Amino acid sequence: MLDIQTRQDDEPTAFEQEADFSGIDKVRLIEALARVLPVGALMYDPEDLRPYECDGLAAYRRMPLAVALPYDEAQVVAVLRTCHELGVPVVARGAGTGLSGGALPHECGVLLSLARFNRIVHLDPHSRTAVVQPGVRNLAISEAAAPHGLYYAPDPSSQIACTIGGNVAENAGGVHCLKYGLTVHNLLRVRAVTIEGEIVEIGSHALDAPGYDLLALMTGSEGMLAVVTEVTVRLTPRPRLAQCVLAAFDDVIKAGEAVAEIIAAGIIPAGLEMMDQPATAAVEEFVHAGYPLDAKAILLCESDGTPEEVAEEIGRMCAVLENAGATEVRVSGSEAERMKFWAGRKAAFPAAGRISPDYYCMDGTIPRKRLGEMLEAIQAMEGKYGLRCINVFHAGDGNLHPLILFDAGREGEFERAEHFGAEILELSVALGGTITGEHGVGIEKINQMCSQFATAEIRQFFRVKAAFDPAGLLNPGKAIPTLNRCAEYGRMPVRAGHVPYPDIPRF
Amino acid sequence: MSENIDKIVSEWAGRIRAAASEGVALRPRGGGSKDFYGRAPTGEVFDTTPCRGIVSYEPSELVVTVRAGTPLAELEAELAARGQMLAFEPPHFGPGATVGGAVAAGLSGPRRLAAGALRDFVLGVKLLDGRGQVLRFGGQVMKNVAGYDVSRLMAGSLGTLGVLLEVSLKVLPRPVEEATLRFQLSEAEAIARLNDWGGQPLPISASAWADGVLTLRLSGAAAAVRSARETLGGEGVGEADAQTFWHAVREQTLPWFGVDVAGGALWRLSLPTSAAPLKLAGEQFIEWGGGQRWLRSGVPAAQIRERVAQLGGHASLFRGGARDGAVFHPLPAPLMTIQRRLKAAFDPSGIFSPGRLHQEF
Repeated sequence: MLDIQTRQDDEPTAFEQEADFSGIDKVRLIEALARVLPVGALMYDPEDLRPYECDGLAAYRRMPLAVALPYDEAQVVAVLRTCHELGVPVVARGAGTGLSGGALPHECGVLLSLARFNRIVHLDPHSRTAVVQPGVRNLAISEAAAPHGLYYAPDPSSQIACTIGGNVAENAGGVHCLKYGLTVHNLLRVRAVTIEGEIVEIGSHALDAPGYDLLALMTGSEGMLAVVTEVTVRLTPRPRLAQCVLAAFDDVIKAGEAVAEIIAAGIIPAGLEMMDQPATAAVEEFVHAGYPLDAKAILLCESDGTPEEVAEEIGRMCAVLENAGATEVRVSGSEAERMKFWAGRKAAFPAAGRISPDYYCMDGTIPRKRLGEMLEAIQAMEGKYGLRCINVFHAGDGNLHPLILFDAGREGEFERAEHFGAEILELSVALGGTITGEHGVGIEKINQMCSQFATAEIRQFFRVKAAFDPAGLLNPGKAIPTLNRCAEYGRMPVRAGHVPYPDIPRF
Repeated sequence: MSENIDKIVSEWAGRIRAAASEGVALRPRGGGSKDFYGRAPTGEVFDTTPCRGIVSYEPSELVVTVRAGTPLAELEAELAARGQMLAFEPPHFGPGATVGGAVAAGLSGPRRLAAGALRDFVLGVKLLDGRGQVLRFGGQVMKNVAGYDVSRLMAGSLGTLGVLLEVSLKVLPRPVEEATLRFQLSEAEAIARLNDWGGQPLPISASAWADGVLTLRLSGAAAAVRSARETLGGEGVGEADAQTFWHAVREQTLPWFGVDVAGGALWRLSLPTSAAPLKLAGEQFIEWGGGQRWLRSGVPAAQIRERVAQLGGHASLFRGGARDGAVFHPLPAPLMTIQRRLKAAFDPSGIFSPGRLHQEF
């Protein structure tokens, strides 16, 4: 009666085990790509490929067969069609700042860099939208919008370097997403090319689009569904004023409770961050933000809006923080002081790099009320694994970035750090949260996906991928584990990573 | 309670598996308040109301997890008692409206431009797919990028992908203060003014224009609302009248929506907020700062769609008119292919609400 065929028989088998691409003929591939790409848009000399062997998760490195650096969308279409015809994997890449190995090349595939798509196509202050190419840097959008009193709200910590295409692929967050949302909340439309070389417009310049919400699926899909060639974002009016409260606590549990009480009081802060004592000590030595060093935890709580609104909200925030047992409450008296409060928080990653040869950054999210439990558990794990961990949290939305400190040069520390991290992620799931809030699964957390999802959901993810990419050629082996991998999980190594761009802020 | 729910879910899974093997179409339905929406419903009614109740709600987490058959009014009363709300203000369109139905319809109310759409607040779902399997996606936390965002895909899917069992939604505190203002403005002036204001940090939470009158709602901190009133001017509307008005906009119970559409139809036009006046014959009611325009018109569908597409938007036949044609704006072939494959991924036998969203499936 219904014209849909039962697909049970011809289901993708990709979910059982990873596809084998070892039979790909490199010479034939390069000849085919050379026919569709101009000089300067194709590289296959190992010297030229080296810079692309990893992204922000530098512990994983792989050389692709070739790198394509197309100049325009027609060339992207041609690359994808060629790879589709020859059955070659394609990994798209923006700035390569991702922390989960999402842009790690496939050793039998093409690395497709969108670095040349760096133009702001159109910025319309009246409708508060910007049409940009995927290689435009996140911060460049806000800079272009600034003369109109507008900005692009999501502000991942690497925003001076990361690109909007990568932000779409990861559903990037930042410190302001409790109030202003994630990438998914600030996108209107993407234009993308499927592996079959079809151009699709997903979303629209209106507030919604007909049919299923493919824009939601595309956002955070880690380059597994289609290759984005243009993005339309929403711009937000810049608040007239921002002020920040720094509150100190003599107990981390109390600080966690204060976070819940702020929310319970009906306040949605523009930013709500927490650092534990080891974290404040590490950054204070580095940036001299003036943090109280005797506090077991500090909170940074920001309000933005009109001056009247900020004054009212700051008053309410201070009252809640004092009632919650803060030992000290400081309100930024100037923009310079506000920046100083934030400087410490934003220096947490580099500070970890200063006090330890290596560190491993986690990204779990848990319900806010479980913060205290998580902190106590992490403390116990420090003893168990014999490693230190400093804790910075996007406390407002329960997103944790514990930084596990280790020295890869010392026997066994790397492995202990891996196990420490895996235990934190699994506890995040057990506490009702998730293994990744904003950094993505990539290759880094692919094994922990097996803890978070059951077989039925994992199969369903593969079916969703197949709806866009039936041949399974876009970024294969990332984000969604095969069932065989899950069966083996526990015996497979999870590699941690260093951050290769130490000068980019990370928070 | 939960044992009882498990029993219901297992019965439902059996019914779905039987329907899939026999090729029987099923139509998931809550209160039936949105039966009018989409293409004409087909298939045996699959009543989702037995699976109801709030599973967990902690105001300080800003998240509520609720069974899909729960009456929307019951959930909203619970949130209001704790000073919170569904910020996307979903329309009920009838006393029996359920949470699952609201998510499946994907409709948002007056606060949409300021606060976000229903899909923006969906954090997680539990559903029964067309194989009769229980699947869980997303969760109860705000930031979650593990796996594809299947939860938001359910928003607006009109019951064609599965039977929703549970939904986790982000909730927000109710604004401390609200005020409503009125301005006498033409259509073109109102659109221009709304977009100018939209570019400024003003606490505008809703707008509605019809018949030369623009009504504006401000929400936020008391000081913010007060200073915006001074900046904007206009004529104040009393609190009770304002509440009645915005409720009527949300539920489409204003006289404007009650006029007989005989020979015509009510179209929902989704447009860039700054799109120029339409210049189509008929009456208009404009919301969302210019982004949602209701058109009561007898103009042929093709002509309306052409004009709206020129302006960068899309048109849905919301009420009235032919319910067996293309109710939603037709999609280009490559997008249609992806949508058809997605449908098959969740519902391989094509049993859930066939034809409700697209004629093709």
